[in-house]
Amino acid sequence: MTPDPPAYAPHDVGGLHTGMTFPEAARAALGDSQLRRNLRAATATIRSKRSAVVAEVEDWEELREAGKQIKADAMSRLPELLEQLEEQVTARHGVVHWARDATEANRIVTDLVVATGAREVVKVKSMATQEIGLNEALDAAGIAAYETDLAELIVQLGHDFPSHILVPAIHRNRSEIRDIFLREMPDVDPGLDDEPRVLAMAARRHLRRKFLEARVAISGANFAVAETGTLVVVESEGNGRMCLTLPETLITVMGIEKVLPQWTDLEVFLQLLPRSSTGERMNPYTSMWTGVTPGDGPQAFHLVLLDNGRSATLADERGREVLHCIRCSACLNVCPVYERTGGHAYGSVYPGPIGAVLTPQLTGIATSPTLPYASTLCGACYEVCPVKIDIPSVLVHLRARHVEEQRREHQMPTAEAIAMAATAWAMEQPRRWARVQRFSRLGRLLSRRGRITRLPPPLSAWTSSRDLPAPPEQTFREWWAETHPGDPN
Amino acid sequence: MSARQVVLERIRQALAADPPTPTDQGVARTYRTKGRHEPGATALLDLLEERTLDYRAAFLRATPELLATQIAAALADGLARAQDGGGHVIPRILVPPGLDRQWVSEADGEIVADDATLTPATLDTMHAVVTACALAIAETGTIVLDGSSDQGRRMATLIPDLHICVVHGRQVVGTVPEALARLDASRPMTFISGPSATSDIELDRVEGVHGPRQLIVVLLTGVP
Repeated sequence: MTPDPPAYAPHDVGGLHTGMTFPEAARAALGDSQLRRNLRAATATIRSKRSAVVAEVEDWEELREAGKQIKADAMSRLPELLEQLEEQVTARHGVVHWARDATEANRIVTDLVVATGAREVVKVKSMATQEIGLNEALDAAGIAAYETDLAELIVQLGHDFPSHILVPAIHRNRSEIRDIFLREMPDVDPGLDDEPRVLAMAARRHLRRKFLEARVAISGANFAVAETGTLVVVESEGNGRMCLTLPETLITVMGIEKVLPQWTDLEVFLQLLPRSSTGERMNPYTSMWTGVTPGDGPQAFHLVLLDNGRSATLADERGREVLHCIRCSACLNVCPVYERTGGHAYGSVYPGPIGAVLTPQLTGIATSPTLPYASTLCGACYEVCPVKIDIPSVLVHLRARHVEEQRREHQMPTAEAIAMAATAWAMEQPRRWARVQRFSRLGRLLSRRGRITRLPPPLSAWTSSRDLPAPPEQTFREWWAETHPGDPN
Repeated sequence: MSARQVVLERIRQALAADPPTPTDQGVARTYRTKGRHEPGATALLDLLEERTLDYRAAFLRATPELLATQIAAALADGLARAQDGGGHVIPRILVPPGLDRQWVSEADGEIVADDATLTPATLDTMHAVVTACALAIAETGTIVLDGSSDQGRRMATLIPDLHICVVHGRQVVGTVPEALARLDASRPMTFISGPSATSDIELDRVEGVHGPRQLIVVLLTGVP
C-alpha cells in the first residue's frame, strides 16, 4: 500500500500562517525601536530568572534527559497511548472527540458550545486553540470568546496578535497596555495609571463577573496522562482555575503529542516546565482533573484530540523531535533573532526557534519556506531546551528538505545549488581558486566608499537585504607573494 | 472512516515509515526521586518556610494548643489588609465540610460551611477560607489540595480573597517526585505555590490577580 501524502494543517484557517514571509515581517519589526526596547528588557529579565532557578537544581541534566526520553517513548507508541487516554477519560464520564485538522476541531467545539445554549465562553490561554483559530470560528457562529489570561486579554482588547508563547503581550509596555485598557474596558477607572499592579487589578475587576456567570469554558492542556486519564493545566493568575472549576461545561482542546504514558512522568515535567518557562521554582497554580468529579467542577467534560499536521511531523524521522516541545518558551528568550524581530515576524502563533522548526512541519515547508532560515544556528535554544530538542540540527535538516523539495518541484537546480556547485568547482584546485579571487577584484567597480549596495540579478537577491564589503585591491595570496619573495608558498 | 480511525491510521503510517528506536531499558530515571530528608524533618520545615516567603505568601508556625488563636489572629490580620474586605462588616469565613471546627473556634466572624450548594456568586461574598491540605513540597514551596473533606471542592479555595491553609509538619515532603508518589491521580487537585500572580506586564511580577490575593500557610507541629 502506498502511504497517503502527509496530512498538513490547512492554510486557510487558524494561526499558523499569516501570509507574510519572515524577511518581510522582520523588516517592519526591526524598524520599530519601541518594540526592540520592550523585547530587550523583557527577555533579559526572564533569562536571568531562569538561569538562577535552574542553577539550584542539582539534577537538572538528568531531568532534561528523562524528559527527552519520556517524550520519545510516548511518540513511539502514540496510538496505544491515545486509545488508553480515551478509555480512561471515558470511564470517568468525559467525552473524547477526534479532529483531523483545525477546521474539524473548530466545528466540534462550536457544535458543543451551541448545544449548551451559551452565547459566551471564557477561555484559558491555550496555544492549540490559537493554532486552530477557534475564537474566529466561534465568532462566526455568534459566540463571544473571552480570553482571561492577562496577556491574552491585552492582545484581544488591542485587536493584536500574540508575539510570545508564554507572554503573548511581551511586545507591549505598561503605558501601551494602560491605553488599551482605557480604550476597550467600558467599566475602567478613567484615571487608571500604568503601574502593573493597578493594571492587573483592573483586569481582575473586568473579568470577575464573566467568571462567576460563565457556563462554558475552553482550555488547552499542558499534559495528559494516558495511564490515569488525568489532564493538567499550569498557570499563574488563577484565571485557569476559574475556567476549569466554575462553569458547568469544560471543553479541552489538546494536540495529540501532549500525552504522557504514566502518572510518574509528571514528576519530571512539573520540575522542568516552571523553571524553564517563568523562571519560578513552581508556577502559582497547577490544576489536575480526571474526567468528571461529582460535586466538584464542571459536570460535563469534553476532550478534543487534535492532529492538524502533527502526524505529518511525526513522519519525518529527523524532524519529529519537535513534537517533544512542552511550550515553555525558554528558546525564545535566549534567541538573538527573536530578541530583535519579536514574535510577529515569524508569521505564526508559534514564534522563535521552536516556531521556526514546528510551523513549517505542521503546514508543510512550501507554506512556510522562510522560517527554517530565520536563525543564526548559534545553538542557544538547544542549550536551554528542557527536553533537549536539537533545534539547530532540525533547522539545517528542514533547509535541506526545502532545497530538495524545490529541486523536485522545478526539475531544475535552484540558485543556491548552482552557487554551491560553482564554489565547489573553484575551490577544488588552488590555482583555479587564486584566479577566481583575482577575478573578484572586478567587484570593486561596483562599490562606493568600500561597500557594494546593489549587485545585478540574480545576485541582487543577496544585496537587497545586506551590503557587501568591496573586494580588496589585493588578494592575500598576492600580498604574501609580494612581502615574502622567494617563499614557494 | 471516522476521524478517530483516520488520525490513528496516520500516526501508525508515520511511525511505520521510520520506526523510532525502541527504548528497551525504558526511561532512564537517574534524577532524584527523593530528597535528603525524611518527610517532616526540621530542615524541610525550614525550607518550606523560606520558599513560601519567597513567593510573598505569609507563613506562621503553630502548635495544637495555640492553633485556634493563631488562625484567629491571621484572619484578623489578613482581612484588615484586604483591600475590599470592608472593616465594619462581619467577616464571612468559609470552611470545607470536614474541617476540624476547633481550628476556627476563636475566629471573629460568621463561619459558613460549604455544603456544595453555594453558587459561585455566593462564594464571592465570602471574605476568607480556611482549609487543610493533602501535602506540601518544601523545595518548591507548594501546597497541594486534593478535594478531601477538610480541603473542600476546588472553587471554595479560589473565589474568597484570603486563603489560610494548615499544613501538618509530617505532610511536608522534600521533592516533587515524593509528592506525586503520595497523591491519588483520580482526585481533582490543585498545586498552590504562593498567591495568584502575573508577570504579563513587562515580566514584572504582581501578586494577586484572579485567585486569592493573600495566602497564609500555617505550619502545625507538635501534634502527638
